[in-house]
Amino acid sequence: MKIAVLVKQTPDTETKAKLGGSGLDTTGVKFILNPYDEFAVEEAIQLRDKNSGEATVVSLGPDRVVEAMRTALAMGCDNGIHVKVSDDDLAKFDSFAVAKALAESIKDKGFDLILCGKQAIDDDALAVPQMVAEFLGLPRATVVTKLSIEGGKAKASRAVEGGAEEVIEFATPAVVAAHKGLNTPRYASLPGIMKAKQKKIDVVEASSLGVTADTAKVTYENFELPPEKAAGKVFKGEPAELAKQIVEHLRNEAKVI
Amino acid sequence: MTKALVLVEFKGTSIKKASLEAIHALASQGVEVDAIAFGPDAAAGKDAGAKAAGGQGAKNLFIANNDDLKFYQADVYAGTIAAQFKSGGYDILAGSASTTAKDLFPTLAARLDAGIAPDCVEVKVDGGSLSAKRPMLAGKYFATLKFKAFPAVVTIRPNAIGVGADSGNAAAASDLAPSGDIKSKTVELSGGGNSSRPDLAEADRIISAGRAIKASENFKIIEECADVIGAAVGASRAAVDAGMAPHSMQVGQTGKTVNPSLYIACGISGAIQHLAGMKTSKIIVAINTDPDAPIYQKADYGAVGDLFEVVPALKEEFKKLLSAG
Repeated sequence: MKIAVLVKQTPDTETKAKLGGSGLDTTGVKFILNPYDEFAVEEAIQLRDKNSGEATVVSLGPDRVVEAMRTALAMGCDNGIHVKVSDDDLAKFDSFAVAKALAESIKDKGFDLILCGKQAIDDDALAVPQMVAEFLGLPRATVVTKLSIEGGKAKASRAVEGGAEEVIEFATPAVVAAHKGLNTPRYASLPGIMKAKQKKIDVVEASSLGVTADTAKVTYENFELPPEKAAGKVFKGEPAELAKQIVEHLRNEAKVI
Repeated sequence: MTKALVLVEFKGTSIKKASLEAIHALASQGVEVDAIAFGPDAAAGKDAGAKAAGGQGAKNLFIANNDDLKFYQADVYAGTIAAQFKSGGYDILAGSASTTAKDLFPTLAARLDAGIAPDCVEVKVDGGSLSAKRPMLAGKYFATLKFKAFPAVVTIRPNAIGVGADSGNAAAASDLAPSGDIKSKTVELSGGGNSSRPDLAEADRIISAGRAIKASENFKIIEECADVIGAAVGASRAAVDAGMAPHSMQVGQTGKTVNPSLYIACGISGAIQHLAGMKTSKIIVAINTDPDAPIYQKADYGAVGDLFEVVPALKEEFKKLLSAG
């Protein structure tokens, strides 16, 4: 089984937002492998081990994203494709351009399955997996918490509102976007980290795939921090008195009850 | 005139408020809006749906239904919407940022050769283009995007824009033939808890608990209070990771982003990841034994106390208030 795992390097969840001209000021920001992509990487490794074949990690961005790819390689992916764009261009890429470049980079390479995290924690768009599937004309399932694949037929459980799950059936090749719960991602072992340094990463310029900042359908016009909240009122006292104070303020001052 | 097609979703036989907000967001700016809905609930709720959608400014309500559509079918929704979008000469595809639209709209954007602005808190239609403001890094900052051209695909965060006064007009309801080859087929829908409680992502009121709740059975205290005011129940990541609540209840950066009018955080210290998921709530109440907990920096009202004592007292106060009217 030939599997592609599409991953994104994102700022750590602890990141405090400071803004620059083209969005988040990344000076001093710690970057990580997008947490949801860890589930995709783990699933790819497990499926590769079960069915033999190979797992290829694919990421779009400037040179720094290779670090996130090395994490996936250290976990157990076999090789990588780095779809290169400059930092400046990346700031102008929207979901459409990213998905187009990723789709082009894996097209006609015989992948039986394309795994991704369901969303990246930086822009939370939940868009790239479905767009890649559409560009490649493949079936897809998103927010997947269970996956089984047998003889070219796949069955996936997808988390929907209120803890309910949809069961989806489709044929491979297909795009599957992983959610928390699909598996428990392994930590990269020390030998894994050493081996990852030797694994091959092919570099391809996004522009050579016909995708540039002009491919993007939206431009980013402005960035702003949310307004700071003024300090609130803090009540102290007996539980019954606290409850009374809260409810009175919710009704008379905040007018939300 | 700019034309928009808005996906409206039903809960039972009524259109969800979040869908009506999407109609209002565009119709109130002079956009000509038609609504489209799928499935047996929409077919059964056709008349009430036409009134509700029309009340917010929709001209037409198209309803597509067949046996497959008792479940959400991404391929049929996409095929039918794309066909209608093209034949109707629309400029904008919109909907609420629901579970369905989050799955569906990126597919449609790619199919319509359009960009997408997901989960927007503001939408402006101006001179042949659309710009939209949306949260980034789970609300730690906001970006304003502008579409280079139509078509534009946009989803709107529930409770961000609100609905308008009902105009009293009804939309013209008509049936639409579903189309689109099914490549990924939904064959079953299982599980789901108390369906009478609102969905977390769309709820107007939420009460959440953190690790201080100690055990999953103790969520009963939170649920009882929530039911008095019609609130959804959430949890912090600490409570979810400790096995006290399922991930579907998690509010925060790796859980659900919520935007209610009232958010009551019980025994939640306020990690940056949790705050990211709920800080756009209009009013935040914190109940915590630790007066130095970071949650108080975001809270409009704080009560220093034990949730096991304060929440039941709060339930009684809410009951008193609501029975008094």
